[in-house]
Amino acid sequence: MSKIKCQCGHENPYGTELCEKCGRPLSEKAKKSDIVDMRYEGSSRRSQTYKSSIIDKIWNFFSSVKIGVSIIAAVLITSAIGTIFPQKFYVPATTPEGYLEYYERLYGTVGKLYYQLGFYDMYNSWWFKVLVGMLATSIIIASIDRVVPLYKSLKKQRTRRHPSFMKRQRIFGEGDVQNTEESLAKAEEKLKAMRYNVKIENGAILAEKYRFSRWGPYVNHVGLIIFISGVLLRGIPGFYVDEAMWLREGETRNIVGAPGYVLENKKFTLENYSKEEAEKVFGEALEKNGAIVKSYTTDVTLYKQNEGALPGSESLEKVEDYAINVNKPLKFDGYNVFQMDYKLDELKNMTFHLVNKSSEESLGEFTVDLSDPEKEYDLGNGSTVNMLGFYPDYDGIKDGEPYSKSPVPNNPAFIFQMNTPDKPEGEKSFVAIRQTLEVEENDYAIKFAAAETRNISGLTIRKDKTLYILLFGGLVFMIGVIQGMYWQHRRVWIQEDTKGHLLIAAHTNKNWFSLRKELDTLRETVDLPAYIDRQDPELDKPEQEGDEEIWT
Amino acid sequence: MDLVAISSNLLLVSFIAYLVATLFFGGAIKKSKSEKAYHNSKWGTIGLVITIIGFLTHLGYFFTRWAASGHAPLSNMFEFTTAFGMMLIGAFIMLYIIYRTPSLGLFALPVAIIIISYATMFPTEVTPLIPALQSKWLFIHVITTVIGESILAISAIAGLVFLVKNIDMTKKSKSRFWIEAVMYTLILVLGFVVSSTTFKVMDYEAEFTYINKDEVPAEITYHVPPLFGMNEYEAMTPDKMTPWVELPPIINAQKLSSLVWSIAVGSVLYVLLRLIARKPLAAVFQPLAKKANSQLMDEIGYRAVLIGFPVFTLGALIFAMIWAHEAWSRFWGWDPKEVWALITWLFYAAFLHLRLSKGWEGKKSAWLAVIGFVIIMFNLIAVNLIIAGLHSYA
Repeated sequence: MSKIKCQCGHENPYGTELCEKCGRPLSEKAKKSDIVDMRYEGSSRRSQTYKSSIIDKIWNFFSSVKIGVSIIAAVLITSAIGTIFPQKFYVPATTPEGYLEYYERLYGTVGKLYYQLGFYDMYNSWWFKVLVGMLATSIIIASIDRVVPLYKSLKKQRTRRHPSFMKRQRIFGEGDVQNTEESLAKAEEKLKAMRYNVKIENGAILAEKYRFSRWGPYVNHVGLIIFISGVLLRGIPGFYVDEAMWLREGETRNIVGAPGYVLENKKFTLENYSKEEAEKVFGEALEKNGAIVKSYTTDVTLYKQNEGALPGSESLEKVEDYAINVNKPLKFDGYNVFQMDYKLDELKNMTFHLVNKSSEESLGEFTVDLSDPEKEYDLGNGSTVNMLGFYPDYDGIKDGEPYSKSPVPNNPAFIFQMNTPDKPEGEKSFVAIRQTLEVEENDYAIKFAAAETRNISGLTIRKDKTLYILLFGGLVFMIGVIQGMYWQHRRVWIQEDTKGHLLIAAHTNKNWFSLRKELDTLRETVDLPAYIDRQDPELDKPEQEGDEEIWT
Repeated sequence: MDLVAISSNLLLVSFIAYLVATLFFGGAIKKSKSEKAYHNSKWGTIGLVITIIGFLTHLGYFFTRWAASGHAPLSNMFEFTTAFGMMLIGAFIMLYIIYRTPSLGLFALPVAIIIISYATMFPTEVTPLIPALQSKWLFIHVITTVIGESILAISAIAGLVFLVKNIDMTKKSKSRFWIEAVMYTLILVLGFVVSSTTFKVMDYEAEFTYINKDEVPAEITYHVPPLFGMNEYEAMTPDKMTPWVELPPIINAQKLSSLVWSIAVGSVLYVLLRLIARKPLAAVFQPLAKKANSQLMDEIGYRAVLIGFPVFTLGALIFAMIWAHEAWSRFWGWDPKEVWALITWLFYAAFLHLRLSKGWEGKKSAWLAVIGFVIIMFNLIAVNLIIAGLHSYA
């Protein structure tokens, strides 16, 4: 494509609206406009210039802000739909039928539809991922499309602008002053005092400040892209670990997801605020709400397996003792172990007596460790008890056999065989909580004596190498938005035209109020023509006229 | 007097100060013949001084309550909403000092007053912190979010002034309908305050047992007459009103009853006001907005978003993620409150892009700012009360 040669002699790239150097309007649109469109300095953007090939079309699609905003709106709406009913991960079900049943039972037909449309797992759905991917693409392409030409034109801008550029600015003034040279010299001095960078070129001033704020949007977009990349990296093995484990008091187990580390649960404590110890101020709240939990704590010891030790061997090296609390995870080697859940008072072991039914005389007692029951208990006086069956979570009889619905000892049941000197061939008995069944009338019975319980702590193990990338992305984003939003790029042009009039024009990318205030301050000490703000139809410039105070 | 009592009294002082300051901002507008004059009005300056005094006593409430409880008072609906009202005033003071527009005060202060009244309808006693909230991030995350949301809310106030001024109330139009809808919604909040206070003064209580959505028996106490009954309810206080209908377990009939009472009382209030004024409420307020400069209101609205957006991002997303990682083991979990914070953020991102590139200024921008405020309030009220999630502390 050919270059556009401006009357000032500068060669502009094809598609330029305003000459990069002198600002003369080049396109028909710019020539006709009353106030020139100053976005991206009227530079030639790829998306506005090339429109034929397929690549151009894709590029133009993603560089459009209209499309960008539409994608944002789509993400926004899908996200909102995802909050109507609880998402998959908050639902106590595991199978498709379970989910369907849950949504239908609670939310009726709408709930069923919600499940069937896949809205119950919105944020993992392919369309949501596609939308986020499109958003990222849009951010990248739209930024490149704008930042490059913007950078070039701001770099090439000349101090003296063509009057046609000046006249098409939103803030413009024109007129005669007593002494042009003196006005220009004073304006230079004053603008410098206002922290403007001032350039002078035979009778023309360009004062500019905070140009860096123009790069803010691009910096924050880089931050967003870093953040999104960080999230994508979590898919790579080793970057991200997310496991859960239940650890009973007294247990020492390998940490799931963290090979080489072993954790011992010494004690789990749930503490409530008590009326006596809580400060008096909480009295009313505690009375109203009943118990309020103060802390969940697991006292643990972390061990590391010695290097070179064979798997399973007991060569553990203690690393540290720690009290894991909510908000205070155990941290080691990039891993975090969080206090997430608990169960109180799980049965640990049960103690039984073997008794003679008629004399009620005990032949001795034995203790069953529910996590590791033995096959035979020797009572030492010639009597033994054999365990023929163990059903930790007994849930009735199925197919003629006792049935355990889980390996957790919530409702333990046993089949014991009692061998006594009287009955060496043994008697069988089925023992469950508050229940004993015998096949035939026995002489001996197993009587429950005592039980010991313990607490279980639910821990989550996480390792996330991408966290620092995410944090860095967030930081870059913050720098970008602050740079772009808390500062504004302001420019003031003052120049003498060929007829000896003084022209003044000003532009800012936002916050015109402050720019006008600065111009008013400038005009207080420097003799300059009055200006108008052509986008303020109400045309009030209170500070310019110096109002009287009203007090009636 | 103990610290908690001092704290409540300071809040009351602030409340009265804001009421008085509103009158002074009104005076500033009434006494000025034109926009030019009211920038330098002494009425406005006095209004500002009273607002600042109210803000200082509000801060006094905040820190005395902090001293009394030992944690930043940002842990339940009352404390959070009160802090939101406080920071709304703070954000207003900041923008008033830059722009000096009493009409902004005339609309911002009443909104803050309504928000604070709304806050006091929730249980106000000092509550100890549950384990998840015991962290320095409670203060850092919540206060930054509140400040960000308050500044964004000021943009809605400026938008409101712009709209009340510029919508032609003499002709029927969509804009006229919707601006009146905004007024009606504000009156509904007053309806909530009036109905809750009335039943509170009457000491109304009705207790029920019911079967919750996990099919477990539970108990509930109504503080308003039960229009709707919970799933399979049984009255424990039979002398009180019998609910009209029984609702399925996913709907909290107690909250729905409060909502319907608020709407009923609010609607009666609204009809009364219309009968007195004999014109739409937006038209009643129009003379108060007439002297504001539209261009300036548009700019204040935009500026507020520019200042508030980074603060909101920092508080509601970045600090939120850091804390979520400490407390819940993941920085993001698609909890409804989190999602709505993201939605708010996306909305303002869209706002900025539309304004920057599509030239959505003036009316369009003002409407967007109002919608943004609606989203923020939705996240504060509806997500906490209706959509239950990890953030439902109140």
